[in-house]
Amino acid sequence: MSIVHLNSVSKNFGHIEVLKNVSMDVARGSVVSIIGRSGSGKSTLLRCVNGLEPIQGGEITVNGKKVTRDERALKALRQEVGFVFQSFNLFPHLTVERNITIGLTVVQKKARTEAKALAEQVLRQVGLIDKLNAYPDELSGGQQQRVAIARCLALSPKLMLFDEVTSALDPELKGEVLRVIADLASAGMTMILVTHEMHFARSVSHEIKFMNAGKIWESGPPEKLFGGEAETPELRQFVQHHAY
Amino acid sequence: MDYVFQFREVFRYWPLLAEGTVVTIAMSIGAMVLCVIFGTLGALARRSRTMILRWLVIIYIDIIRNTPFLVQLFILFFGLPSLGIRLDAMSAGVLGIVIYNTAFTTEIIRAGLQAIHKSQVESGLSIGMSRVQVFLYVVIVPALQKVYPALVSQFVLLMLGTSIVSAIGVEELTSYAHQIQTTNFRSIEVYLVVICIYMALTLMIRFSMRALGRVLFRYRHRRPGRITLPVEQL
Amino acid sequence: MLREFGMGDVYYLVASARWTFVLSLIAFVGGGLIGGLMTLARISRFAPLRWFAAGYVEVLQGTPLLMQLFLWFFMLTLLLPVELPALAVAAIALSLNASSFAIEIWRGSIEAIPKTQWESAASIGMSRLQQLRYIIAPQAIRIGIAPTVGLAVIVIKATSLTALIGFVEVTRAGQLVSGVTFQPLLTYSVVALIYLAFCWPLSILSRRLEQNLDVNRTPELSQ
Repeated sequence: MSIVHLNSVSKNFGHIEVLKNVSMDVARGSVVSIIGRSGSGKSTLLRCVNGLEPIQGGEITVNGKKVTRDERALKALRQEVGFVFQSFNLFPHLTVERNITIGLTVVQKKARTEAKALAEQVLRQVGLIDKLNAYPDELSGGQQQRVAIARCLALSPKLMLFDEVTSALDPELKGEVLRVIADLASAGMTMILVTHEMHFARSVSHEIKFMNAGKIWESGPPEKLFGGEAETPELRQFVQHHAY
Repeated sequence: MDYVFQFREVFRYWPLLAEGTVVTIAMSIGAMVLCVIFGTLGALARRSRTMILRWLVIIYIDIIRNTPFLVQLFILFFGLPSLGIRLDAMSAGVLGIVIYNTAFTTEIIRAGLQAIHKSQVESGLSIGMSRVQVFLYVVIVPALQKVYPALVSQFVLLMLGTSIVSAIGVEELTSYAHQIQTTNFRSIEVYLVVICIYMALTLMIRFSMRALGRVLFRYRHRRPGRITLPVEQL
Repeated sequence: MLREFGMGDVYYLVASARWTFVLSLIAFVGGGLIGGLMTLARISRFAPLRWFAAGYVEVLQGTPLLMQLFLWFFMLTLLLPVELPALAVAAIALSLNASSFAIEIWRGSIEAIPKTQWESAASIGMSRLQQLRYIIAPQAIRIGIAPTVGLAVIVIKATSLTALIGFVEVTRAGQLVSGVTFQPLLTYSVVALIYLAFCWPLSILSRRLEQNLDVNRTPELSQ
C-alpha cells in the first residue's frame, strides 16, 4: 500500500517544464532517494508532494488524500508530512524549544506542557537536549539542521521529505545529520530524500530514483543502480562522476 | 547687544511646561502605536494580490509624503467641517499625525516584510500553519526587528512633528511655549528651554526604545551569508 | 469682505508659490553648502571636529523645526539692531536644518564605500583630500544622489512652516485666501496640489535614481 502516489505529474515555471509526466509510488515504511543533476527537477518534485508548489497536470495523493491548493487540506496534509529544508529555516526569533513547540501549540492546539515534553523527547532523539534554550544562531549548521528535523518529528509525521539537507553544511558537519536520518530510517520512518550523498543514499535507501530532464529516468534498488547495472548511459555517467 | 537673559521668568511657568510635556509624550506614544498597527496593515495591503488595494496604498503614500503636514492639518481641521465633519483640535491633531506618519511606517514595515526570506514562510507552512499563523508567529517579529532602527527614527520624527499641531490650537508643549511667551515676553528664553525639553524627549525615546528593543528582540541578529546555497531553484 | 473662491484666488496661490520655490532653493543650496563643509568635519580624523559635527546634527534633528524657526525669528529680531525680512530668517533656519539632513545622507554614502578604497588610494600616495576627491566621492555620489533629491522634497515641505512666522509663501497665502473666502477645503486642497506639483516629480526622480543605480543600501531617510 503506497503512502505517496504520483500520477503523471507535470509542473512548469512559466514555459519551462520542470516535471514531465512523473509517476511514482512510495510504499509505507520505505526509504526512497532521489538523485540527479542540479536542475533535473528533484527538489521541485519534493516541494510538490508537500503542496509548496502547485502542479499543472496529473495528480498527487498522500496517505490517500489528493494534494490540492485548498488551504485547509494543505494544513492537514502538512501536519502529516515533515519537510526538512536545505537551508534549515529555523525561526531566528524563537528558542530551539519554541521552534519545536510552536507547531504543536499553534497548529495542533496542544497544551504548552505537553508540547514541551514532546520537544524534549525529540531533542533527545537528535542528541540536542542541552540546546533547549539556545537560539538558532548560537548553533552550528549541523545542529540547526538536527533541530529542524526534530521540529518535524514533534508533529509525528507519517512521511518525511528531506530536501538536500546536507548541501549547505560543511563536510565535517554532514555526518551528525546523516546519522540522525539513518536512525529514523532504521526505526521505520517513511522517507523521501533528495540528496547528493551517494554513499549515504546507497546505504540507507530501499529504492533509488534517478531524475534527469524532469523525468524519472531510471529507478531500482541501490545495489542495481550503483552496482554497475545501470541501464541508461545518463545514469552510468552520473554515477561515475558523483559516486566514488 | 544688550539683551539680558532671564530664565527665571520661564521657570516660573514650570507647571504649564510640565503639562505640555506630558501631553506631547502621551500624544506621541498613542499616535506611534497606531502608526505601527496601521503601517503593518498598510504594508500587507501594499503587498496584497489585489491590484486595487495595492494602488490605493501607493496613492495614499505618495499624496501624503509629497504634501506638507501643516497643510494636511489645515484640511483636516478647517476644511472637513464644510463636509460636515467637525473634529476638535486634539482629535484632528492626532488623526493628522497618524495619517501622516502611517505613510512612512507603511513603507518601513513593507521593507521589513520584504527582508524576510520566502523560505521562512515555507518553513511555517510546512509544519501546517495557516497563512495568518505564519504571519503572526514567523514573519512579523523578525520583520519589525529588521527595520526597528528606522521605526525608532520615525518615532522621533513623529514626536517632533507634534509641535506643528499647535498651529490648529492643540494645547501641547509648543502651544504652551507660545502662551508663556505672550505673557512674559521672554521669547528667546522660553523657546530655548522648550527646545531643550524636546531634545531631552528625543534622547529619552532613543534610549527607552533601545531598551525595549532588547526586550522585544532578545535573540541576536541572524548573520546572513553563513548559509551558502548552491544555485538550484528548480 | 466675503467673496467666492475664484480663478483669481488660484492665480494668487500659484503666484505665491514662487516664494516657496525661492525659499526652497535658497535652503537647499545653503543647506548643501553648509552640509558639505560639515560632512568634511563629520568624517575628519580630528576628533573634536567630528564631535562638533555630530552634536550639530543631533541638536538640529533632535528638536522640532518649528521651534528652531521661532527661536531664530526671535533671536534675530530681538538681538540684531537691524530688522531682517522674514525671508532671511526663514532661509537661515531652513538652511541649517537642511544641512543636518545633508550631513547624514552624505556621511552615510561615504561610509558605504569600503575602507579598502581609502587605503588603496592612500597607498598610491594620495592625500586624505585627494582620496576623497578622486576615489571616494565619485563612488559615494552614486549612492547619495537619490536621497539628496529626496532631501529637496523634505525642504520644500518644510518651507510651509514659515507661514507660521509670517512669511507669505503658498501656505500663508492659503491662510489669507481661506480667511476671505471661507472656503478652507477648496483653498487648502489647491495649496496641497501645488506642493504635489513640486514634490511628486522629485519623489519619482529620486525613486528612479535609486533603482537605476541599483543601490541597495541608501542611508535611511524619511519625512
